[in-house]
Amino acid sequence: MDVAPRPSIDEVWHWLRQVPDPEIPVISLTDLGIIRNVAWQDDTLVVTVTPTYSGCPATSIINLDIETALTQKGIAKVRVERQLSPAWTTDWLSAEGREKLRAYGIAPPIDGTAPDGILMKRIDRLSGTSNLSISCPRCGSAQTEKISQFGSTPCKASYRCTDCLEPFDYFKCI
Amino acid sequence: MAVAAFHPSVSQAALLEFLLRIGDNALILGHRVSEWCGHSPALEEDIALSNTALDLIGQTQLWLGLAGEVEGKGRSADDLAYLRDGFDFRNILLVERPNADFGKTLMRQFLFDAWHYLLLRALRDSSDKRIADIAEKAFKEVSYHLDRSRDLVIRLGDGTTESHRRMQEALEDHWPYTGEMFLADGFDAELAEAGVIPAPESLKAGWEEIISEALLEATLKKPADGYMHKGGRRGVHTEYLGFILSEMQFLQRAYPGATW
Repeated sequence: MDVAPRPSIDEVWHWLRQVPDPEIPVISLTDLGIIRNVAWQDDTLVVTVTPTYSGCPATSIINLDIETALTQKGIAKVRVERQLSPAWTTDWLSAEGREKLRAYGIAPPIDGTAPDGILMKRIDRLSGTSNLSISCPRCGSAQTEKISQFGSTPCKASYRCTDCLEPFDYFKCI
Repeated sequence: MAVAAFHPSVSQAALLEFLLRIGDNALILGHRVSEWCGHSPALEEDIALSNTALDLIGQTQLWLGLAGEVEGKGRSADDLAYLRDGFDFRNILLVERPNADFGKTLMRQFLFDAWHYLLLRALRDSSDKRIADIAEKAFKEVSYHLDRSRDLVIRLGDGTTESHRRMQEALEDHWPYTGEMFLADGFDAELAEAGVIPAPESLKAGWEEIISEALLEATLKKPADGYMHKGGRRGVHTEYLGFILSEMQFLQRAYPGATW
């Protein structure tokens, strides 16, 4: 029996770039930066994925979507492996992915603002100032305020624009 | 599957005990907090509490998954969550305390988060790489939990007369359950010696600093240290745990092996 030539790793990455995130389908899994490695191990294609949040309900769907997409391209054996460390960070979101988020109405993360063990200074909290300046993805105004640390999915927080008055999601830094 | 290699100088029993303790804390608190889903005082709070619960349940899967691996009897995280009885659970008593009102829920969360945050921060440097990896992930999530619970404790403590009264009451209610966080037994000593975990009492000064600073801002009065309840870490629980387990484990007990 003829065996189809094994696709190159570059080709596999190209295919993975077309697999949408199940919860925010405007960006792909590669935009999200969760695919850490793709490699052949004998006749099995091993895709290494790092979870966004440990309890993210999309994790199993993501694994299934990867397997489905690659199987459809004719790869017989696919294995998805989990890699916890280095832990996923929003810094890995691609530039293209950030623009897609903004266009979709989600403010992209501002790098370097993840909680890192240094709790916000008391003086900043008391004066209500924040190290974050998040622009409204609809009107571009920087006059926005946080409604909640948490949002509609584990990766987002809820904000509101005080100029155009629209509520919006902020893809929070982690 | 290959039997997991553990730290050469550490006994399997000690490692398993620690993993059950940290995993059960996340599991039981995650379950407790999830009881608010659909009942919170505001939509944003409902979402925040559900997200917190989700993070904790996710962390449970990692900790109990590793516990099952270390135990080497083929038990999965689900088996450990659903098929153990009350005396097998190793969570501290604080996390099984009832939700009661929103103030008590938040105060319990804050007291726990401050400790959880410091514990995970230290565990990122664990000499056991598998533990360090999970801690690295969980620490990021728990930093957000602490930001939120601390902020709300301050706002409600320094809020209205009624919110202040309730927060002070919540603090006094939960305080006698905080001492258990810093207790150590032979297992802890063995693991701390090998650099797998920090010595429990080493976290106390940092915890008190976070708590004291927030309470000062919240205009709440820190209770005097008195009698401290203990037992959860060795499987002796309050009556509340049984009710949680009967709800959480019902499906697997009634329909063993059911999946969807």
